[in-house]
Amino acid sequence: MATTRLAIDAHEIRRQFPFFQPHPEMRSVIYLDNAATTQKPYAVIEAVSHFWAYQNANVHRGGHGAGAKASALYEAARECVAKFLNAREPAEIVFTRGTTEAINLVASSWGETFVRAGDEIIVTEMEHHANLLPWMRLAEKQGATLRVWRITDDGRLDLDALRALLTERTRLVAVVHISNVLGTVNPVAEICRIAHEAGARCLVDAAQSIAHMPVDVQAIDCDFLAFSGHKAYGPTGIGVLYAKRALLEEMPPYQVGGGMVRIVSWERRQWAEPPAKFEAGTPPIGEAVGLHAALDFIDSLGREAIAAYEHELTEYALRRLQEVPGLRLHGPVPDRAGIFAFTLEDIHPHDIATVLDTRDVAIRSGLHCAHPLGERLGGATARASLAVYNDTSHIDALVEALHTTRKVFGYA
Amino acid sequence: MLNELYQEIILDHYRHPRSWGELEPPKITQEGFNPSCGDEVILDLRLDDGRIEDIRFHGRGCSISQASASMLAESVKGKTLEEARALIQQVLALVKGEIEGDPETLGDIVALAGVRNFPVRVKCATLAWHTLEEALKHADSYTDWGVK
Repeated sequence: MATTRLAIDAHEIRRQFPFFQPHPEMRSVIYLDNAATTQKPYAVIEAVSHFWAYQNANVHRGGHGAGAKASALYEAARECVAKFLNAREPAEIVFTRGTTEAINLVASSWGETFVRAGDEIIVTEMEHHANLLPWMRLAEKQGATLRVWRITDDGRLDLDALRALLTERTRLVAVVHISNVLGTVNPVAEICRIAHEAGARCLVDAAQSIAHMPVDVQAIDCDFLAFSGHKAYGPTGIGVLYAKRALLEEMPPYQVGGGMVRIVSWERRQWAEPPAKFEAGTPPIGEAVGLHAALDFIDSLGREAIAAYEHELTEYALRRLQEVPGLRLHGPVPDRAGIFAFTLEDIHPHDIATVLDTRDVAIRSGLHCAHPLGERLGGATARASLAVYNDTSHIDALVEALHTTRKVFGYA
Repeated sequence: MLNELYQEIILDHYRHPRSWGELEPPKITQEGFNPSCGDEVILDLRLDDGRIEDIRFHGRGCSISQASASMLAESVKGKTLEEARALIQQVLALVKGEIEGDPETLGDIVALAGVRNFPVRVKCATLAWHTLEEALKHADSYTDWGVK
């Protein structure tokens, strides 16, 4: 693969990550578990460290300069996210602990207000538990019906199947942008358009797409979108809920407490304006600063360039993986993201991961927090997933370790 | 290290599980599940006069979890509840590296000691044994059904 043609030089990028530098306490690892979490560049670690060391204060409270500075940094992070997503204004960005909390926020606040008995919610068969369980619970709580949008045999979503599922009772379509198992890139803009035509809202789980391709909330025209910082080279403990301003206005608070209220007396309460209305308590300030640095890191490479590079790497991986006898890859080919769930002969995925681990190739095995999809696929899978610092040598090491695995389990 | 984990005896139990299947009622059925990796072991036990008169298992999962269940079923059949409970503790200590296994008393089970060097795999080896531990908690109520 001619990586030199592309703007991305993975070797150069790895130099920006301490995880990939030699260290006496660490074995050098070929890291292919990026769908679980990405490694962190120095820029993020230093921004977080600098904040805790020299800029720490609570936000929106202090009668002192440090508080004002911390507030400015926190709000600058919000502005950065708004620009990154092409939101109309920073007020459409609510900080959460992660994708899971962002979706739970929508299910609790919007869902319990606008989803009534007899209404319907559509979820796809390829959802991660984070975009499945909140809707299952909401449906049970409200007496609503959960409708499952099944995947095709090659791991895609058929838009006609969605049209057939939508009714005048459909309140929401919840869909993942990139499947964390199949690597399918779903046409979320079209899905949102079809949902809107039927009068339904649309929520997009962008956890696996945010660091790997351009994500523009106005182009997608989603009502809600969620992602986590830690899958985008940022810290854990911070995530984002994007929602259209009008929706945030009519939604009740998720949690109540400090910072989300304007007036509190024994007689009455008046909530703060969004996004503060949804950010009760001291927010993850240092983590927001880290997320800001992570998104700057992504933008320094360019999301188009990242997408083009990872696309070529994915094509290479697909070719190489298909050379391994007995390897069965799930999900669409060739048009997909760099997430590869597979089985190898009848070797259990957990055993594959262990053999690969002894060859210093880090992958994940199991059901990947998508149990209903796992059932459909016939059980656990091994999963390798790419990020911008991976290159073809990593794919080669993966393939070689898979050949070793075959030998250990007695396959010629 | 890899050879210690995937000893021939482990792979043999995995490919040719002993005591595979289910028992006819009356029986105790205990399910063991590891939600993070999807490993599943279901034990069927028939007790008689304070002994494990018969045992079968089925399930799905990695070689370690299934081989361990096969070894368990083979080794506890005919044992008294006390003997079985003592064996469970011995095996748990063995795979965690707290004791060395004695091949004289443990037989094939000593091969499970290979997981010590693979901390993430310890739970695979212990799944069946924790499931049996749970099943034996119901042993007293089981005696009552036996009377019926």
